[in-house]
Amino acid sequence: MTAGQLAAWRARHIGFVFQQLNLLPVLTAYQNVELPLLLTRLSKPQREERVRVALGVVGLDDRIHHYPRQLSGGQEQRVAIARAIVADPTLILLDEPTGQLDAKSSQEVLALLRRLNGEFGKTIVIVTHDAHAAEQAKTVLHLEKGVLIERAAAVGS
Amino acid sequence: MRYLPLVLANLGRHKRRTFLTAVSVALALFLFASLRTVVTTIAAGAQFGSARRLVVTNATGIVFPLPIAYAGRLRTLPGVQAVSWANWFGGRYGDGKRFFATFAVDPASYLAMYPEIQLPPDQREAFLRERTSAIVGKRLLDVFGWRLGQDVTIQGTIFGGDWTFTIRGVYTPSDRVINDDMLIFRHDYFDERIQRAGIVGWYILQIDTPDNAAGIAKLVDDQFRNSSAATKTGTEQAFNASFATMWGNVSLLMNTIGMAVVFAILLVTANAMMMSARERTGEVAVLKTIGFSDRRLFGLVMLEAGVITLAGAVLGLGGAKLLYRATNFNGAGFLPGFDVSGPTLALGGVIALLLMLASGVVPAVRAARLPVVQALRHVE
Repeated sequence: MTAGQLAAWRARHIGFVFQQLNLLPVLTAYQNVELPLLLTRLSKPQREERVRVALGVVGLDDRIHHYPRQLSGGQEQRVAIARAIVADPTLILLDEPTGQLDAKSSQEVLALLRRLNGEFGKTIVIVTHDAHAAEQAKTVLHLEKGVLIERAAAVGS
Repeated sequence: MRYLPLVLANLGRHKRRTFLTAVSVALALFLFASLRTVVTTIAAGAQFGSARRLVVTNATGIVFPLPIAYAGRLRTLPGVQAVSWANWFGGRYGDGKRFFATFAVDPASYLAMYPEIQLPPDQREAFLRERTSAIVGKRLLDVFGWRLGQDVTIQGTIFGGDWTFTIRGVYTPSDRVINDDMLIFRHDYFDERIQRAGIVGWYILQIDTPDNAAGIAKLVDDQFRNSSAATKTGTEQAFNASFATMWGNVSLLMNTIGMAVVFAILLVTANAMMMSARERTGEVAVLKTIGFSDRRLFGLVMLEAGVITLAGAVLGLGGAKLLYRATNFNGAGFLPGFDVSGPTLALGGVIALLLMLASGVVPAVRAARLPVVQALRHVE
């Protein structure tokens, strides 16, 4: 695949949530979530509908015009998840989704991920050092220095 | 259009920097338009002139006069239909800070020979009738707040003393190239005040056909070759062009300065754009990861450069056009018809386009070529 084809494939099939969230600070929650949809052929009203649904799923309907700096860490994480799911990807990749959150926010995010998996049938891959987060997974793979050393039993199912 | 909010949001990240970059582009294009218009105005003035008018000056130089007695002999030459004359009168009004041109002319023949100087019939009659009368350009009237019928006193700088004229006419030129910033008064009054010295600055000859211009010019110069004041005759266009050459190689200077300014601003703009793009390497990585292709990112960065240069172009070129028009600028009479022309605006647009390409291409290519994995290292 060419670089362009790979980019298009990523846009269509994968939703990313970065460890540092990487929301664009100059864009509102709405505009950040809308970013992946700019790559589709959806019209503005269609994009708006999808963005509102995604922000509704993560429980941020009332924060759509807030900038990242105006949101808490947990809220920022949820905006990043909304951005990852808005284009309805097959697979969602999350890097340390609970790493910088307090216990309450972590619980909220993990509950949200369970819902995305259960209700919306999304495949979710999490890279984490958080044992509690790992416990929620159906399958756990251990990596040490880049080598897969153990395939653990599914614990969350 | 769907990417415009993203581009505008990025430009709004450092509002002051974006503003200053756009203003520097605007300033560069404003200066370019201004300097080029000086050049085109001088060139237009040099090209103005009727092909049926010849100008006879003293062969030694334009500052040396000719005897008024030549008029009669000039009228008798074959091909010469009418003869008029004028004299430069260095004058100043009030504190003398506002320069304007002042001429003494033979009124009837001069106005007949210059239909470009448009004067209402009653004012024309008054000028022909009254020896101490003068006509002035509309601009000059407005500058000093004069009115018809007012007596104005001019201090002579070449021909000393106070000279009082009654304003009997206000002319409007039919062509923008003609100076509407002059005071024209009667040569007979001038001659009387200077003790009937019988001198004129130059003659203007109306000839039968432009085809005979060279022959008649030679005839005139041959006629006075061995007189006390030999003549130099040429077309009016050549005469005007000789004034333009008094500016020296100002065109080259203006063009050089203009281009140097544009180039300097280009460097500043390109630097600001590259700095802005470099600061956002992490964001480029995020956009690439979520599926923005190299081409799309190239386009986004170019669009940012385009918005800045477009804003600068509208501000600089539009500002130059409107400012000079609104203030009716004419360089204190030295640059009549000063107006930023369509070709100058078009050329300014081309420069803006080049500016956009030059300042945008490097950061745009850099953003497009950045490998996703390498770029992500900036993120995590």
